[in-house]
Amino acid sequence: MSDARISLTVDGTQIQALEGQSVIQACDAAGVYVPRLCYHPDLPPAGHCRVCSCRINGRINSACVTPVSQGMVVENDTPALNSDRRVIIEMLFVEGYHLCPTCEKSGDCELQALGYRLGMAAPTLPYLWPQRELDATHPEIVLDRNRCILCSRCIRASRYEDGKSVFGFEGRGIHMRLTVDGSALGDTAMAAADKAAHVCPVGCILIKRTGFRTPSGHHRFDKAPIGSDIEAVRSVPKT
Amino acid sequence: MAKPRLATCSLAGCFGCHMSLLDMDERLLELIDLVDLDKSPLDDKKCFDQPVDIGLVEGGCSNEHNVHVLKQFRKNCRILVSVGACAINGGVPSMRNLVGLRECLEEAYLNGPTVEDGGTMPNDEDLPLLLDRVYPSHEIVKIDYFLPGCPPSANAIWETIKALASGREPALSYRLRKYD
Repeated sequence: MSDARISLTVDGTQIQALEGQSVIQACDAAGVYVPRLCYHPDLPPAGHCRVCSCRINGRINSACVTPVSQGMVVENDTPALNSDRRVIIEMLFVEGYHLCPTCEKSGDCELQALGYRLGMAAPTLPYLWPQRELDATHPEIVLDRNRCILCSRCIRASRYEDGKSVFGFEGRGIHMRLTVDGSALGDTAMAAADKAAHVCPVGCILIKRTGFRTPSGHHRFDKAPIGSDIEAVRSVPKT
Repeated sequence: MAKPRLATCSLAGCFGCHMSLLDMDERLLELIDLVDLDKSPLDDKKCFDQPVDIGLVEGGCSNEHNVHVLKQFRKNCRILVSVGACAINGGVPSMRNLVGLRECLEEAYLNGPTVEDGGTMPNDEDLPLLLDRVYPSHEIVKIDYFLPGCPPSANAIWETIKALASGREPALSYRLRKYD
């Protein structure tokens, strides 16, 4: 990334960016929240979930894998894009088994928080009731694939941050599943201190014996919508 | 002008959503000024005998009786609202969907650790037939609005009834929109 500054327009407002940044990085730095699920600021982008899709120079592209360019025009917070994003969130809800009342991630879950932010009262697509494996073999970590949204954050964190490659995908399309490098998670080199254990946006990878410590009403997204932290740094446009 | 009529039912749920409705405290007095209660477990009215404006459905459909009641509600209620996690996605009862009906019943009545003398599977003709899985309400009938929560807070239920009784679309604020 060079120091060369370029300018682009997001929802009609001009923002400054550094050459080599992605659209989502530039928006984050400028205090503009682009809804996202698979993107994590500490990990290389993957472009899996398409929640960060924006209309960029007239075409729909994922903001996490699109580099900024001088004069770029980005549409982000529009009713049409947010409607598409809400349908993606709905599809993720019905493809897996996301029972918020019994999930210890509730209140800190990014999938749930996006449903709240994007105004989803309830998923209305047909539920698929998948049969997926729950892996509790690891002494400190539980892996509930029913809640996996295939974002690949754990795969990237394990490979690039932990140097272990504990996680991977198997199968294709609707049959794609999160798999581990061994017969079960307990047989892998995974440790509770690994980055991969702390980047899951949903309640799929959880640290055992830590659930429900925070009382209801005090979770990350109980008080403010997801993205509020990014929007809080929004600078007043210079005139 | 006659007050809007309100009906409620509890299908495969825990009655917690009804308890949450009652949890609106002194606003219950405003509620009875706002609507007339029709068929509901709260007044034990057995059958519909006139059109109802607002129907609140708690619980998903786990057996054929649930389906019968839900269809009766759809037929007689102008606006039907799915209230709570069980009506919306099956909720806790839907955990059996991941196991399978036969396996679930066998574990409960034949092979469970507390079963003595081999156990027996309930098979009385008065028991409604269980469905293959628990269905959300909107997969059985058309649902007009969804009120999430487990249970939805009294505030959320109050705001929804107030909006519908006044002829407005219910719109929950961020603080009232909860899936748990």
